[in-house]
Amino acid sequence: MNEGDLKNKIVSLYEKTATELPNDIVFALEKAKEKEQDIIGKEIIAKILENVNQAKTDCLPICQDTGIPIFYIKRTKDYSEEDLRKIIDEATVIATEKIPLRPNAVDVLTDKNLGNKPIIHFEESEEFKIDLLLKGGGSENVSTIYQLPNQKINANRDLDGVRKSILDAVFNAQGKGCPPYIIGVAVGGNIEEVAHLSKKQLLRKITDLNPNNKLGEFEKEVLNEINQLNIGPQGLDGKTTTLGVKTIFTARHPASFFVGVSIGCWCLRRQSL
Amino acid sequence: MISLKTPLKKEDIQKLNVGDRVLLSGTIFTARDKACNFLLQNHLAEIENSAIYHCGPIVKGNKVISAGPTTSYRLNQYTPELIEKYGVKAIIGKGGMDESVLNALKGRAVYLSAVGGAGVIYATATKVKNVYKKEFGMPEAIWELEVKDFPAIVTMDSKGNNLYAKVFQKSKKAFVKLILPTK
Repeated sequence: MNEGDLKNKIVSLYEKTATELPNDIVFALEKAKEKEQDIIGKEIIAKILENVNQAKTDCLPICQDTGIPIFYIKRTKDYSEEDLRKIIDEATVIATEKIPLRPNAVDVLTDKNLGNKPIIHFEESEEFKIDLLLKGGGSENVSTIYQLPNQKINANRDLDGVRKSILDAVFNAQGKGCPPYIIGVAVGGNIEEVAHLSKKQLLRKITDLNPNNKLGEFEKEVLNEINQLNIGPQGLDGKTTTLGVKTIFTARHPASFFVGVSIGCWCLRRQSL
Repeated sequence: MISLKTPLKKEDIQKLNVGDRVLLSGTIFTARDKACNFLLQNHLAEIENSAIYHCGPIVKGNKVISAGPTTSYRLNQYTPELIEKYGVKAIIGKGGMDESVLNALKGRAVYLSAVGGAGVIYATATKVKNVYKKEFGMPEAIWELEVKDFPAIVTMDSKGNNLYAKVFQKSKKAFVKLILPTK
């Protein structure tokens, strides 16, 4: 593939990501609408689904906050990181104008709006793959990192402590980050690793369970408990607070026990190329 | 379903109760962090007795492309003074606001919730009339919008009722039960 073709494909990837909610999330929302008993909660999910349909039909951004674009790239030897960065930067300018995306990069010092500035993660691979996540600001603001033990929530350095951390994060988020949520969790290493890996779990399908049986059960159990919090769609009551919990556990430093909790809004926009 | 039309009158506001579904028509002004701060430091006469929408829309040319609500709690610190200074009658947003705002609403204003993420539905009900402080950038500018049958739910009324506070108390009870004691 030459550079021009790849650039066009990335613009199309942006368009699909901003305007089409992934099928597995649409399906989970449809199921939740059937099950939700709260009247306002049910109405809200119906409105969400109506909007998702209209956005897809009219090819318009589902949500006005088109987020920070985050690219996860599996790179073959055909492309250098430098080349890919250049192609993505150019595609971002085109996509921002064409789709359009909201210009979401604000210079911290001058306060000027700079357009959009993607975050790009690379790894080397035999096969070329791009995952794009458009991550909104509201759900990012309620994402957080815990250091265990944490006396305030009675959380020790064990699986039960991780469970309490996740529940605490969702309880504190209430309706601020656009529930029903999708939650990525990473336990271990250091701050940067749990921040990165917890967010990366949001790329997993809603139906995907951790292949480790114990952790697969843990994901189901925590999901069930979060939905007992009665926060509900948009924080206005109901049983549908979260659609899925995805975890990853890595090694930790003996002195540390970090739990990263990345919260995704219902409008979790991810697509692949 | 209750139809409301701007300019909103005190009687319109005082009739509303939490849980009411409304359809709002007329003129509303977007204001986020930067705009709220600007409106307190300066005076923009158009905001008097108006409705404020916590929203950073996508606008192309003169067309609203996507325009759902942004999270309101970030604007808690500005809002009581905005209501006091401009006589703002309605605030539209998502996620709810704090006790200081609930107090400022008493007898004179309401908080309406729109569905976060439902940008296209709200854009369809919305047209651009004017824009102030465009130099703040697209999300932060003050967009004067004309809306027709904009759907929202009354979640904080002028009588001190707050749906979000009710949900918070209920979820707190459930939360405490789930984390104590160690299982």
